[in-house]
Amino acid sequence: MQINLKFFASLREAVGTSQETLVLTSDLKTAGQVKDFLCQRGGVWAEALAEGRAVRIACNQEMADTSTLLSDGCELAFFPPVTGG
Amino acid sequence: MPVRVQTHDFDLTTEITKLRADTPKVGAVVTFVGTVRDLNEGEHVAEMELEHYPGMTEKALEDIVSQAKSRWDIFDALVIHRVGPLKPLEQIVLVAVTSAHRGEAFLACEFIIDYLKTLAPFWKKEQTPSGARWVDARVSDDEAMKKWDKAH
Repeated sequence: MQINLKFFASLREAVGTSQETLVLTSDLKTAGQVKDFLCQRGGVWAEALAEGRAVRIACNQEMADTSTLLSDGCELAFFPPVTGG
Repeated sequence: MPVRVQTHDFDLTTEITKLRADTPKVGAVVTFVGTVRDLNEGEHVAEMELEHYPGMTEKALEDIVSQAKSRWDIFDALVIHRVGPLKPLEQIVLVAVTSAHRGEAFLACEFIIDYLKTLAPFWKKEQTPSGARWVDARVSDDEAMKKWDKAH
């Protein structure tokens, strides 16, 4: 199974990329598990996605949370709280 | 349902004229225009850059307008939000609502901008004398949204 990751705003700048394709191992089933997986890369990833940081998650362009189940080809986005208007 | 995300400016009169064209049942038009301030958190803002999430942002705005339409007896609503570089004095966002009477339009317009500020994926980055910084979300914006849970 493969998913598309997207990063926006300060989080995109912190990790240095706006998107990537991720092949999921069988233990990665939820948005939260992918977030933890990215955190384990360490460095800027661990810092940007650290526990306690305000990180919002969207799956297929709808607001989601760490328990959201992933599907093949889905678009999983991470970003800070929004500040438009 | 008109929702637009664009880099260029908008003209209020033109947009309202279009929104209520050939719709004589409209008796009220309420609009909100958000503009760029030159001061935020005590620092001078020379310019800001607005980023969005193409696709999701439009969907989120459409969903907010749908919710407003299901809650209040309004005819139509328009949301225009600009992205890209913006300078103080420039317009950022327009919310316009039409209805038969003012009450519903006032409420729906405030609801839409309150929800937009908390749910629509836009992010502001400011250029200040001490460097560029991403704007932090405000707790007061969350509270502004929550008030709609109980009221009306």
